[in-house]
Amino acid sequence: MKLEKSQTAQHIIEKISATASKVGFISDTVLSNALLQIENVGIPNNKHEDYKYCNIDSILKKEFKNIEQNFINVTAINEYKIKDTITLVVVNGNYSEALSDKIILKGLQVHSFANIDSSANKLISTIADVQKDVFIAMNTAFCSNGFYLKIQKGEKLKMPIHIIYISGSETEALVNSRNFIELEEQSEATIIEEQILIGQGKVFTNFLSEKFIAKNAKLNSTLFQNEGNLGYSVNTNQIKQEQDSQYHNHTITLSGQLVRNNHNVLLAGQNSQANLNGLFYSKENQIIDNHTLMDHQAPHCESNELYKGIIKDKSTGVFNGKIFVRKDAQKTNAYQSSKNILLSDDASIYAKPQLEIYANDVKCSHGTSTGKIDEKALFYLNTRGIGKESAKKLLLQSFAQEIINKIEPESLKEKITLFFEKDL
Amino acid sequence: MISIKNLHASVNGKKILNGINLEIKAGEIHAIMGPNGSGKSTLSSVLAGHPDYEVTEGEIIFNGKNLLELEAENRAREGLFLAFQYPVEIPGVSNINFLKTAINEIREYNGLEQMAAKDFLAMVKEKQKLVELDGKLTNRSVNEGFSGGEKKRNEIFQLAMLEPKLAILDETDSGLDIDALKIVANGVNMLKNKNNAFIVITHYQRLLDYIIPDFVHVLYNGKIVKSGTKEMALELEAKGYDEVKKEFDFKK
Repeated sequence: MKLEKSQTAQHIIEKISATASKVGFISDTVLSNALLQIENVGIPNNKHEDYKYCNIDSILKKEFKNIEQNFINVTAINEYKIKDTITLVVVNGNYSEALSDKIILKGLQVHSFANIDSSANKLISTIADVQKDVFIAMNTAFCSNGFYLKIQKGEKLKMPIHIIYISGSETEALVNSRNFIELEEQSEATIIEEQILIGQGKVFTNFLSEKFIAKNAKLNSTLFQNEGNLGYSVNTNQIKQEQDSQYHNHTITLSGQLVRNNHNVLLAGQNSQANLNGLFYSKENQIIDNHTLMDHQAPHCESNELYKGIIKDKSTGVFNGKIFVRKDAQKTNAYQSSKNILLSDDASIYAKPQLEIYANDVKCSHGTSTGKIDEKALFYLNTRGIGKESAKKLLLQSFAQEIINKIEPESLKEKITLFFEKDL
Repeated sequence: MISIKNLHASVNGKKILNGINLEIKAGEIHAIMGPNGSGKSTLSSVLAGHPDYEVTEGEIIFNGKNLLELEAENRAREGLFLAFQYPVEIPGVSNINFLKTAINEIREYNGLEQMAAKDFLAMVKEKQKLVELDGKLTNRSVNEGFSGGEKKRNEIFQLAMLEPKLAILDETDSGLDIDALKIVANGVNMLKNKNNAFIVITHYQRLLDYIIPDFVHVLYNGKIVKSGTKEMALELEAKGYDEVKKEFDFKK
């Protein structure tokens, strides 16, 4: 497909080149491929099938005319800490050793990209392919000094890791934030990623996380997005699983002017399992767009997806779930469900399952439902003395709770429950 | 307690109630009987404040207040309770959380402080015994996956928890076997006192063997066509509603 190329990419590149890290952990070949990709594809607009409801080209043109990388220097993050977790902090895309907890947990290694050894360096960009998406390409070409995190073989981390991505600018700014998380064989970890924005300027963040879950390893993760009306982001979460591994993720989006999540899981080894749970709450004129790709390449794997959306005011929600079952992926079980509540006549939801199955012995199902708040339940609650607003809140909370209840650890579940109680 | 005068109501433009008059005093139990389609459930929905029903004429005074001016939640807070014929399942909302919210909103409206958690739990324990409701059910989502009998017992359990002044039981006996019927009736009899009142809406006389009404009214074509004592209910059961229909269709 020939796309109408935009000048937006060129404009952005000029603005961000100066602040991009030049630490050189991306090989020259990958770098030139990335640049070529940006040159060829440009920033996607609504003519691009994958970005139909999320015209990033037009948003960047309109909202990011005056990019000045006028970043805020973050010095305190205590208010965001979650008890009994190890805090790692990334400020405007750069890993901050100073703000992060001292890494003294057995089996855990964290280094900024500038300080990684050659074996780790070889892994970078092996999971996220620059040719698959222009935001991967852009991140690869211009990313800041993110971090590489490793859980060593056989280690089961005693404490969850809480990664705070905090960005802030007094004027319009663009960040390319990146990490690589590796779980070696038979290791286990719980990782919380939280995205926060401070300051008065709009910030567009192009997040990229590559996660490699080796044989028999288990990752339980939550991505909590709450950047508010100045936050614009594309989040690529690129996962590769080896055999007998498990990946459980909860992607919770409480706010963001534009949030596009590209959550791509490659089940490369047999008998592996991936569970993606999503919850988003869009309001005003926000756009929250969840794209998932579950790529079953190996036999005997299982995937489950449950995404729930609450769409208010004039906001737009998108769930696009693609499942590939490759020729060799026999005995695949793949399930997908999306449930949405529209709170106003001006709110929109686009839910689309896409199944491509090339194996003949598989079980796959998908379903999507969209409705308004249940009037019968509302009246029932009213007849018990519960007022209109609190009845509505009770129903929405219970809708959200199905996802929130799956979150670990308990302290994070409580934190997110409180955020939703306050906001719904 | 409640005074209903010349009540006319319609739903989706269709007239269902055609001038109901009813006076109920504290300490009384009134049974309302009638054939299908006579307006029994419409009457309960109108009293509870269902937004789909439009009152076109008449008035309802409940403890000195104009009931028709109150929203459904405020009617409940004033002490009106409707036990649903078809209780609604609310997945994800726990019975306990639901009741706690209800009790505290009712208390707040009436200028009372929130109920202490300890007192609330003690009350739950005491009241669920009354309708022999399994403690596990109170921890589950409201009515979700409950059997028909469990749903009805849960309605009476809520009634016991909320302690209304006037309770309307809308065909609470429908779908109940005799054992469940006895449990429900027993619960109501224990809750009855000189300060509250009940409206028992039923198609069959059977329930009235267990909940003895002070008055029985027959509803037909949206009007109370006959009033009497519990003997009238027995008579109705024997003759069936056809007699009533014949008599009043003829008069029309």
